Amino acid sequence: MDVVKVGMADLKIVKNPQIITTLGLGSCVGVVLYDPEKKLAGLAHIMLPDSNNSKDNTNKAKFADTAIPYMIDLMLKKGAKKERLISKIAGGAQMFDFKGKSDIMKIGVRNIKAVKENLHKFNINIVAEDVGGNYGRTIEFNTNTGKLTIRSLGKGTKEI
Amino acid sequence: MAGIQKNISPTHIDILKEVGNIGAGNAATALAQLINKKITMRVPEVNIMSFDEIIDVVGGPENMVAGIYLRFMGGIDGNILFIIPYRNTLNLLDIIFGEKKRDLFCEFDPIERSALAEIGNILAGSYLSAISSLTKMLLKPSVPALAIDMAGAILSVPLTYYGHVGDTALLIDTVFEEGENLIKGHFFLIPDVDGYDNLFLALGGV
Repeated sequence: MDVVKVGMADLKIVKNPQIITTLGLGSCVGVVLYDPEKKLAGLAHIMLPDSNNSKDNTNKAKFADTAIPYMIDLMLKKGAKKERLISKIAGGAQMFDFKGKSDIMKIGVRNIKAVKENLHKFNINIVAEDVGGNYGRTIEFNTNTGKLTIRSLGKGTKEI
Repeated sequence: MAGIQKNISPTHIDILKEVGNIGAGNAATALAQLINKKITMRVPEVNIMSFDEIIDVVGGPENMVAGIYLRFMGGIDGNILFIIPYRNTLNLLDIIFGEKKRDLFCEFDPIERSALAEIGNILAGSYLSAISSLTKMLLKPSVPALAIDMAGAILSVPLTYYGHVGDTALLIDTVFEEGENLIKGHFFLIPDVDGYDNLFLALGGV
C-alpha cells in the first residue's frame, strides 16, 4: 500500500488508493481535508497558530492561518470541489504539565482554536475530531474509506 | 532559517561543543553519583537540523521515550531536554527502586514519575550551573516537567520556539551511557536563536 508521510510543519495532498499519515503529533495539530467524491485528501502537520507572530513565515504548512487556505487551494487545483470539502482534526495535546503561565505551554490549545477558526472561516465542516489531552498521536487517513485512524502509546487505536 | 545559520562558524561550533561537554559532563557526574554507576559520555554533536532530523536523532517520531524538559532564562534563554529511551527508563527505575515486573507501556506510578522528574531536576541543575559558571551569567531554570510518550510529540514542544524563526534548530546533543548498557540517553541543549548569540559574546568567540 502506498503510504505518504507528512513531516512536522509540512503538508501533502494524496488521492485514492493512497494513505496519508503523520507520526507523533504532540502540541501540533493534524488537519485532514477530504473530498469524498474525488477521494482526494490533504494533510497538514500544523505547528503554530498564527503566521503573523513569526519572523519567518515562508513555510505556509507550519501555521494554521496559512496552511488551511494553501491546502484548499492545492486541492481545488487537483479537482476537488470547495463545497464538498470536509475536515477531520487530531492533536493539540499539552505534553508537559508546566506550572508556569508561559504561552508556549498552552500551544496545543491555541493550535486547536486557530485551526477551528480558520476552517470555519472557509466554511469547512469538522466532521470528526480527537484533540487535547496530554499524549502524543500518530494519525493515518484512508482516502478510500474516509476514516482517520489515531494511535497513541498505551491507549490503543481508534477510528474517527 | 537564515536567522539561524547566520554567523555560525567552525569556531562557534567548537564553542558550542565545549558548552555541551561541560554542561553534560557535570550532569553525567551527578547521574553517576545518584545511581552509583559509572557513566560515560560521547563527544557532543552540534548541528543545525530540520525538525524531522532532530526527532530522528532519538529514534524517530514514534519511538517511546521519557523526556524531562525545562526552560531556562537569564543572559541566555533556551531549552534543556533529557531523552531516555523507554527501555532504559525502566532500567533506571529498577536501579532506584529495585527490579519489578512490568507490562510493556505500563503506567508509571506517582512515586516513579516524581523520581524521574527529580532526577531531571538534578541533572538539569548540574547542566545549567556548569554553563552559568562558564559564561558568568545567572541562568534560571523553570520547574522540569516529565512526559513519557512518542519522541515526536515530546520534541514538538521545545521545537515550537524555533518554529517562529524558521524550519531548523540548533541542537547540542551529548549521548551518555552507563557501562553495563542499562542506561543510555541524550542531553539536549537547544538555545533560543537570540540565546546563542549571547553565548558567543559571553565566551568571547566573535
